[in-house]
Amino acid sequence: MKDEAIYRRLFRTALLIRLVEERIIELYPSDKIQSPVHLSIGQEAVAVGVCDGLKPDDLVFATYRSHGFYIAKGGSLDAMFAELYGRKGGVSGGKAGSMHLAAPEVGLMGSSAVVASTIPHAVGAALSFKRRGLSQIAVAVFGDGATEEGVYHESLNFAALMKVPVLFLCEDNGLAVHSHRPVRQSYRLPEHAKSFGIATRRLEEGWDMLAIRQATLEAAAKVRAGEPFVLEIVTSRYKEHVGVGEDFHFNYRTADGVDAWKRRDPLIVDQKLVEALRPDIEREIEAAVAFAEASPAPGRAELLTDVI
Amino acid sequence: MRKLDYAGAIREATTQEMERDSRVFVYGIGVPTWSSIFGTTKGIREKFGEERCFDTPISEDAMTGFGLGAAIRGLRPIHVHIRVDFMILATNQLINMVSNYTYSTGGKLKVPLVVRAVIGRGWGQGAQHSKSLFSNFTHIPGLKVIAPTTPSDMKGMMISAIRDDNPVICFEHRWLYWAEEDVPEESYEIPLGVGRILRPGKDVTVVGLSWMNVEARLAADILAKRGVSVEIVDPRTLAPLDENLIVESVKRTGRCIIADCDWVDSGFSAELSARINEKCFGKLKAPVKRIGFAQTPAPTVRELENEFYPNARTIVHAVEDVLGLEAANLDGEDFFSHERRFRGPF
Repeated sequence: MKDEAIYRRLFRTALLIRLVEERIIELYPSDKIQSPVHLSIGQEAVAVGVCDGLKPDDLVFATYRSHGFYIAKGGSLDAMFAELYGRKGGVSGGKAGSMHLAAPEVGLMGSSAVVASTIPHAVGAALSFKRRGLSQIAVAVFGDGATEEGVYHESLNFAALMKVPVLFLCEDNGLAVHSHRPVRQSYRLPEHAKSFGIATRRLEEGWDMLAIRQATLEAAAKVRAGEPFVLEIVTSRYKEHVGVGEDFHFNYRTADGVDAWKRRDPLIVDQKLVEALRPDIEREIEAAVAFAEASPAPGRAELLTDVI
Repeated sequence: MRKLDYAGAIREATTQEMERDSRVFVYGIGVPTWSSIFGTTKGIREKFGEERCFDTPISEDAMTGFGLGAAIRGLRPIHVHIRVDFMILATNQLINMVSNYTYSTGGKLKVPLVVRAVIGRGWGQGAQHSKSLFSNFTHIPGLKVIAPTTPSDMKGMMISAIRDDNPVICFEHRWLYWAEEDVPEESYEIPLGVGRILRPGKDVTVVGLSWMNVEARLAADILAKRGVSVEIVDPRTLAPLDENLIVESVKRTGRCIIADCDWVDSGFSAELSARINEKCFGKLKAPVKRIGFAQTPAPTVRELENEFYPNARTIVHAVEDVLGLEAANLDGEDFFSHERRFRGPF
């Protein structure tokens, strides 16, 4: 397939994610989505490029900011909106909501609101693949702040010892909630990973979906051969940490950095393609919203199901 | 039938399940080493290879999350902690991830993970080698919690735990490892969530947790000489609790002492006491009495340890109290001391 066709496919999925989240922003004041949302607007290229570079049966273990990965892995849009609405037709029947989105049927195995907590899950799944002689890989998705957690270090160490097929994917937006890296990190990620014998790559062009896809293909090939790999992708979070607004007025960061990023963001720059794809995507989103609106609330007995 | 000790029961249950089911593996700090967690994992590496029995870095947190990841992808891990005090480093995974994974995926993913935690004491083990922490985990929905007392219960319940599709935490008091009794050689299950009357009696119910059932048996022998009949109930599974067995026993005897090897304040004994009071209110002839650790960190020095830990003597005096009996002189009685390994039978 030509790059152009691949680009169009990636672009469409990235635009779908953005328009889904923009629809969430519109819906949010109606209070139909009664739980926190962490929007990935600005970071879509990472989810899209990475998931396209994986095989469909490769598994992703993600974070509370995972609408993008859910969609990029092929999760049902109807079931996603119904989940955000807390409806019976939700992907987890309303018990997960935005922060714990999971769609194991398409390989999104879970997402956690506790930073870094899903990283070791990917290592465990990767061991399962190795033991069973499967060629699948597991991807641990986390932010740059997660690398400060002990479990990140522990997981790298064990993955390297066991030589399991796991890709550690760091979405580096430079922020941990409202804290910048200089107050958080005394180490450099590549050197840290290298001390375990784990190869790394840092991609600065986190808006470039094709470059991310290519980097993922290359990293995944190494991982599939049995070597863990750390792939860092620089990205930019346009919106506030949690919620649907912007946060520049709090003065902990300026809009300049985000504006510079926006000038390279294909979903902003390539308006012609946006407009060509928009009507079809909007129909898809409206159908999903309608599905959620029509889906009933879970029955009261659902409270007690699937506990044990 | 042949005699088997509690450690051997764990080893045999694990071995039989690993033979039956190639998805089962056992791992943890020191698991395949010569010390083999009090012998409970001895010979397993030799028999099944290092892929199914392996040592780990000292990374309780990641190793628990690793177990979850393996469990949701078709394997059945058994993770071993040689001290429950070390398992505390894994509580993020156990409480935030393992316990709610099935719930928050709407039942799509099950977590068949067994976590074994050694509790109890040796001598002078101090504040970080002697906890039990039952209620820290029974408090959490989505976790099954077991604490078998006898070797035969341990074997059958360990097999059930490994076959269970849910996470199960197994508490093992290390003074029980040498306890012996007749244990069937073949594989068998004892269902989780079912308690057991270890000794029938009519005057007072002692609900014993783990090691305290050994102390309760000793106390019952002493009290029998004075014509007092003690019923000992071992819940075996703490969550889900076989409440009915306990309630029915207390309704029969009208008196209840809960003997826990854990702190009393907000401990599992508080949960038991609340349930008994709710269900047996009109039948109680005396207030429910609770026995457990002193509300201090565990001391190291022997003289203070002796005050800190409850034992058969504590139980005898509690029974005397609820029956309104004079305190007996126990000087001539032979109480357990850990210089003498307890060997059973129950």
